[in-house]
Amino acid sequence: MPDTQALVMTFLTSLKNATARQTAELLRSVISQQRVPYTNQAGALIDAVKAVGEQLIAANPVELAVGNIVRRVLHIIREEDLSLTTAAIGELNLSAVSDDENDDDRDGNTTLSAAAVAAAARSTLRPPSLQTLLEDTPVSAAVPQTSSSGAADKSSRSRKLKHDVIEAVNELIQDIVTCHEQIAEQAVEHIHQNEVILTLGSSRTVSEFLFAAKEKKRSFRVFVAEGAPRYQGHLLAKELVARGLQTTLITDSAVFAMISRVNMVIVGAHAVMANGGVIAPVGMNLVALAAQKHAVPFVVLAGSHKLCPLYPHNPEVLLNELRSPSELLDFGEFSDCMDFGSGSGSPLLHVVNPAFDYVPPKLVSLFITDAGGHNPSYMYRLIADYYSADDLVVQRRAIAGN
Amino acid sequence: MDSRRSSRAVIDPKVRQVGFFTSAPLPPDRTQSDPPDPIRSPPLADASSPGNSLSPVMIPPPRHPSDSLLRLPHSPSDAFPPPSPTTTTTSLGDFSDDVTAASSPPPAAARVRGRGSSVKQQGAASSFPGGGFEVPPSVKAPSSVPASGLTTVSVVKLPPGISENAGGSVSVEVQSDRALNSKPLKEKTSKAERRAIQEAQRAAKAAAKAEGIKTPAVTALANAKSAKSTKPSPQRNDSAVVVAASEKKGGDRSVEKDRKKDVPHPRMQYDDKSRVQKLKKRSVVKPTEARNRVELFRHLPQYEHGTQLPVLQSKFFQLDTLHPAVYKVGLQYLSGDICGGNARCIAMLQAFQEAIRDYSTPPAKTLSRDLTAKISSYVSFLIDCRPLSVSMGNAIRFLKSQIAKIPISLSESEAKATLHSDIERFINEKIILADRVIVKHAVTKIRDGDVLLTYGSSSAVEMILQHAHELGKQFRVVIVDSRPKHEGKLLLRRLVRKGLSCTYTHINAISYIMHEVTRVFLGASSVLSNGTVYSRVGTACVAMVAYGFHIPVLVCCEAYKFHERVQLDSICSNELGDPDSISKVPGREDINHLDGWDKSENLQLLNLIYDATPSDYVSLIITDYGMIPPTSVPVIVREYGRGQLWIYEECDPLASPGRCSDAVFFVDGLIFYPSQHLVLSFWFPDRPPSGLNNDLLERSDNFVTVAENGNFTNFEL
Repeated sequence: MPDTQALVMTFLTSLKNATARQTAELLRSVISQQRVPYTNQAGALIDAVKAVGEQLIAANPVELAVGNIVRRVLHIIREEDLSLTTAAIGELNLSAVSDDENDDDRDGNTTLSAAAVAAAARSTLRPPSLQTLLEDTPVSAAVPQTSSSGAADKSSRSRKLKHDVIEAVNELIQDIVTCHEQIAEQAVEHIHQNEVILTLGSSRTVSEFLFAAKEKKRSFRVFVAEGAPRYQGHLLAKELVARGLQTTLITDSAVFAMISRVNMVIVGAHAVMANGGVIAPVGMNLVALAAQKHAVPFVVLAGSHKLCPLYPHNPEVLLNELRSPSELLDFGEFSDCMDFGSGSGSPLLHVVNPAFDYVPPKLVSLFITDAGGHNPSYMYRLIADYYSADDLVVQRRAIAGN
Repeated sequence: MDSRRSSRAVIDPKVRQVGFFTSAPLPPDRTQSDPPDPIRSPPLADASSPGNSLSPVMIPPPRHPSDSLLRLPHSPSDAFPPPSPTTTTTSLGDFSDDVTAASSPPPAAARVRGRGSSVKQQGAASSFPGGGFEVPPSVKAPSSVPASGLTTVSVVKLPPGISENAGGSVSVEVQSDRALNSKPLKEKTSKAERRAIQEAQRAAKAAAKAEGIKTPAVTALANAKSAKSTKPSPQRNDSAVVVAASEKKGGDRSVEKDRKKDVPHPRMQYDDKSRVQKLKKRSVVKPTEARNRVELFRHLPQYEHGTQLPVLQSKFFQLDTLHPAVYKVGLQYLSGDICGGNARCIAMLQAFQEAIRDYSTPPAKTLSRDLTAKISSYVSFLIDCRPLSVSMGNAIRFLKSQIAKIPISLSESEAKATLHSDIERFINEKIILADRVIVKHAVTKIRDGDVLLTYGSSSAVEMILQHAHELGKQFRVVIVDSRPKHEGKLLLRRLVRKGLSCTYTHINAISYIMHEVTRVFLGASSVLSNGTVYSRVGTACVAMVAYGFHIPVLVCCEAYKFHERVQLDSICSNELGDPDSISKVPGREDINHLDGWDKSENLQLLNLIYDATPSDYVSLIITDYGMIPPTSVPVIVREYGRGQLWIYEECDPLASPGRCSDAVFFVDGLIFYPSQHLVLSFWFPDRPPSGLNNDLLERSDNFVTVAENGNFTNFEL
């Protein structure tokens, strides 16, 4: 069943904005359909989610939001399991107080569990530290053990874990859905009267952000770079005008010329990497460099589902996607030049049409997420709140598991 | 003392302004503090430290015509007496001597020699052709007088009294405009007096100018005489140096004024309602104003596009004042059939050529005045069709100055022939040959295995790429293109046809593609004197990203496109294209969000045509005078950009050494200007610079080593 759904997902990955939510919904159904064994429930759920997640990620590795959601769900499972365990230990402690017989045995059990809980708690609270990474194996071994030992006899608990996880995933979905509003709420703090804002392409987060500021009676002008070759700027311009904002549509090449008259650049992102770098629609690096040259703040809006716990390596190439040349050149127009069969065999004409740009963290002034504004240098810590260190490499674990 | 030589001496100062201008901004008091230097350093002894002796301020003037050349080195000690009344009187005496005798050796020659001797030690004099030395002194007599190096310099720069010896026709030509400049120089009076005289002269000049060319020279002379007569004023009691300084200042100012005249008056600001109204009354095209104008660009014309063309076409028979060739070019500008700086400029000049050919002076009018007015009306028509580019502005300036220079004695047909050949020469030398030289220079910067990026479509860059390909260099071209013009597609097509391996992408992908690029070649519409490259919009983006990736950016631009204007941003001066071309994406029918955009009040579409690339991003500017850093642009502008033509005879250092007096020549065709810290490559049209005996041994960023007769000299750059 997960397989069919994964196939559905691959079809849907083209819809960027919805992917995060769809992934979460898919994983929710995966979890709800997963039969949970009596022992090691969390482990079983994790395995199931990882198996699906691996497929999803492999289907479109560039769509980092998918991987992010898979990791988020894994993290949720771990957290819920942990909280259940703590609750169970609390119960056990209570029962230990009530029953006086078999003291030493119980004692031994509780102390063991307490240690495991402490370790687990440490691992959730401070995931990226070297110590937790080193302790990683014993902890993950200990967590299933405690859960199995604590919950082996109670089938209600197994249902409770699954229920809790689904609840939490629902919350995650809710977060993804409402992240625009949460980000937009901060708009008035950042946009003042008569501000001139430049943006590139179109992003729902950005348009909501601008609308929110407009609704708060701020009047400002917006320069929209059209964002060739997708020309989403046209769409954004249309939306902004419909809301009564003073909008000027410019070509991408005029960004440098106009940026000197701009107070702030506000853009959306495709993904935010752990180092604070941004994967964004193509052309963004140009805008960021121009903004830096003119000391214009470069603000990136990103919902927390776009925070990716990976550190990028050569992102311009490895996290990029080359789209069809037909967006730039008509095939008919250059059919005589694109002849592969003639002459030396290597074609004279190449057309490069990448989809994404990488903006290094030093060019970003501020990230605004649904959790507030952050510096690029803080992103790694923010990311640590959402992901557990165990899940950073979903694929390899999953492959090993499979 | 033949007239030919004298004329050359008259031409000389043009270049010698270089030296002068470097010191010009100095306040006069600084020159006063300087004199000890030259006294201490006679040129001969000073050869090892060229910095001192090469400064134009310190070149000793010859005092008497009878002075042998050998005596000259010693003259500075005499020439720079401590400012005391006695010496002043002696210098005064000298002055009158010179005036009456009109026989002081030409300061130009002195300067050349002084420089030559200091740089090249003994051999200098012989290394220069004698011509420069024997310039008839009479030319410079009146004001070469005050016995200080400073004065001489200024005199050298602006020889007055030119009108006296209107010898050959060449000299007449040059004189006529020189004389205008030199007038204010001659006063040696108090400030107030000078100002008054200047005012009078200005008025006289204006009047004289209106009357023709010959007259101003006469009035200049008269003015000079009157100035001289006021000389024995209290002012004269000051030291000679002060006089020199003040005179220098005066000269400076006049030059500034002269330059100001050259600068096209402030561009039309279209937010100035009254002027726009006036303009509308004049204009033929009558464009309708665009509805959704971009607030930031109110000062630029924003008209509906596409409406003028039919109107103009229907008006063809009403526009009888307009020459058909000009009309045709105007329509071609309007429709965008001709675009690109060079193409537009050549088309315009050729249209003017035809117009001049068919021109006949109306009765009771002079050719120079009427033709200038005619050309002006053509130009304003062309501006209505599309704003002028800087290159066209320069070409028009050149043409007008050539018209103004036509001696009144010339018959109409002769004058027309002269103008015709002048235009022809401008096209050939400033554009076609210049491009060839640029190609020659630029090809040396292409190595095997290079990946060259270019943006848009520049004719110069295209020639470079094709030439390099013909030379068999192995390289790949990345063509970056942008909306809405997609000029790169045409370039791509032409290059691929020629068999070059090309990669095509759009400007947003520049950061992606820049990883593999090794050189960036850009064209330019204009290079401004602060080093700013004014070019097709997007050039700045490309240059910025290349700079960020530490990839050299080479801008290819003919020197006739240089302009003394400065610009910091792309807003104050620009051109706006048709906004409709932004809302429509050809070939992408799905992008139709902005159909009917002009109905909504809040939406503006901005189609900028140009942008300004800051000079920091430019590593090198390749021009017909060589490869220069952007900081050297003002030097080129000042030296060559003043509307005069780069004429071989004139610039050939062998023929006119004075012109390059502060330069060191190298056998390989380089000229080194120590005072400018500039190495220019020199272009000899037909013969090698055989008479030059400097060898360029080494040239690095910091110094140039020159060998001359077994002696080595290091010049720091």
